[in-house]
Amino acid sequence: MAIQVEHLNAWYDRTQALHDINLEIAPLSVTALIGPSGCGKSTFVRCLNRLHEEIYGARVQGKVLVDGVNIYAASIIPMYVRRHIGMVFQQPNVLPTRSIFDNVAMGIRLNGLASGKELNDLVEHSLHQAAIWDEVKDRLNTSAAGLSGGQQQRLCIARALAVEPQILLMDEPASALDPIATLQIEELMTTLKRNYTIVVVTHNMQQAGRVADRTVFFLSGRIIEEGETSQIFSRPEKRETEDYVTGRFG
Amino acid sequence: MTTSTAGVAKNPFQPNSRALDARRRGANILAITLTALFAVLAGAFLLYLIAYVASLGLKYINVNFFTQRPVAEGETGGGWATALQGTAVLVGLASLVGIPLGMATGVYLSEFGRGWLASVVRFLVDTLTGIPTIIFGLFAWVILVVPAHSFSALSGGVALSIIMIPTVARASEEVLRLVPRELREASVALGATESRTILRVVIPAARSGILTGIMLAIARVAGETAPLLMTAFGTTFFNTSILRPIDAIPLRIFDFTLSPFPSEQNQAYAGALVLMVLVILTSLAVRWATGGFRPRGR
Repeated sequence: MAIQVEHLNAWYDRTQALHDINLEIAPLSVTALIGPSGCGKSTFVRCLNRLHEEIYGARVQGKVLVDGVNIYAASIIPMYVRRHIGMVFQQPNVLPTRSIFDNVAMGIRLNGLASGKELNDLVEHSLHQAAIWDEVKDRLNTSAAGLSGGQQQRLCIARALAVEPQILLMDEPASALDPIATLQIEELMTTLKRNYTIVVVTHNMQQAGRVADRTVFFLSGRIIEEGETSQIFSRPEKRETEDYVTGRFG
Repeated sequence: MTTSTAGVAKNPFQPNSRALDARRRGANILAITLTALFAVLAGAFLLYLIAYVASLGLKYINVNFFTQRPVAEGETGGGWATALQGTAVLVGLASLVGIPLGMATGVYLSEFGRGWLASVVRFLVDTLTGIPTIIFGLFAWVILVVPAHSFSALSGGVALSIIMIPTVARASEEVLRLVPRELREASVALGATESRTILRVVIPAARSGILTGIMLAIARVAGETAPLLMTAFGTTFFNTSILRPIDAIPLRIFDFTLSPFPSEQNQAYAGALVLMVLVILTSLAVRWATGGFRPRGR
């Protein structure tokens, strides 16, 4: 699915976190959002599946067109936006009281997408896609809390993929993980972009360089520059972008 | 690839099944409505109670009520000043003993309490919470009233303080446990001792929770009647010594409710109203002081 953002503004109470964001994201690509802490990149991804408005006092204005449909139109039910636009959070948020299987099956059951044999197959397929099947296939009914941090994060990815979304939002998915687990998540992104449009927030510029087709640089709630990843890192047009990617600030 | 022509595009964000969608959204609305309904109902009970007590008691609340001592039926004037004084003295005495003991117990249980001693203390504290309060009155009667051959404010204060201890201790323990380990480590990593860390970092972080626990304990003992019957006893005179009997709002309510005179019965409602307003004001003051009025979220 293609995403087109037009004049997007977002607030927390009276504090404006995003100022007039305009951006196009092509289908089946990986887009990295970079920028210093507090620049609005997390707020921006949370606007893409209408999660921002769940925060008390938060407000959004503007348009987000997904395949031409404005997800902020009055006729849209946020629940079904989120069902098609999956999200992976910074801290792995597996549900600790549920089994590994039930964590992945949760979204499928909630939406009544499958049951019985079909459900089992879908869960297995999702775990395969998230490259964690081999590690958990013998313990599907044990608590998800017993997994390592990296495994938990891949389980969260499996859970997000299980409802077969078209877009996957990832908010610093590897920042709480060790380098090996990080590498696994990055390889996963490269595989997943064959079927999904991926938007990933990252603090790690090498990571953006490795996985992203295009990179967007945020500063103080505005998009400063956006382009091919190689261009952003080697020939940035704006002074602020150059300062940031070369490590002179941020 | 990009179709930016909004309006012609088909909405992909549709439920898979209309029936399931209707059921899910119906259940959602039902759940929200029910919680709101029950919340309003609970609030309505309280408001009705206050309104009922106020309707009978409000006309007896005037300057005399707060400044004069009770007079015999038939005389004009008279008030509850002795009861107000007594409740203030009794709650003050109880707080003086109950709050430090309760907080120290809470700190011990949360910060140092490992092993069998902590388990025993915790069990005893839990048991104390469940004991009927009249037993504490009986206890204070035996150890203070009987030897002194006199009812006294002191014995009432002691009975109430024992009631406060478990409430304050458990509330403090619970909120202190919620203080993240990282905060303690931040302080210890700077070379602070355990006790200094607890005093300067942990307790301040749990301040509003501890204050809430203390406030609940105070509100609870301010309304206690049974343990005061055989300790503070009640009197219609102002008290100048904590070794002499003292009046209390709940004791006076008890006394006047049993009175054969309608005017005294209605004055009992006035006393009940004052007691409720005092408890509500304490609650509001603590909320305000701890910043509890700020909206949650973020």
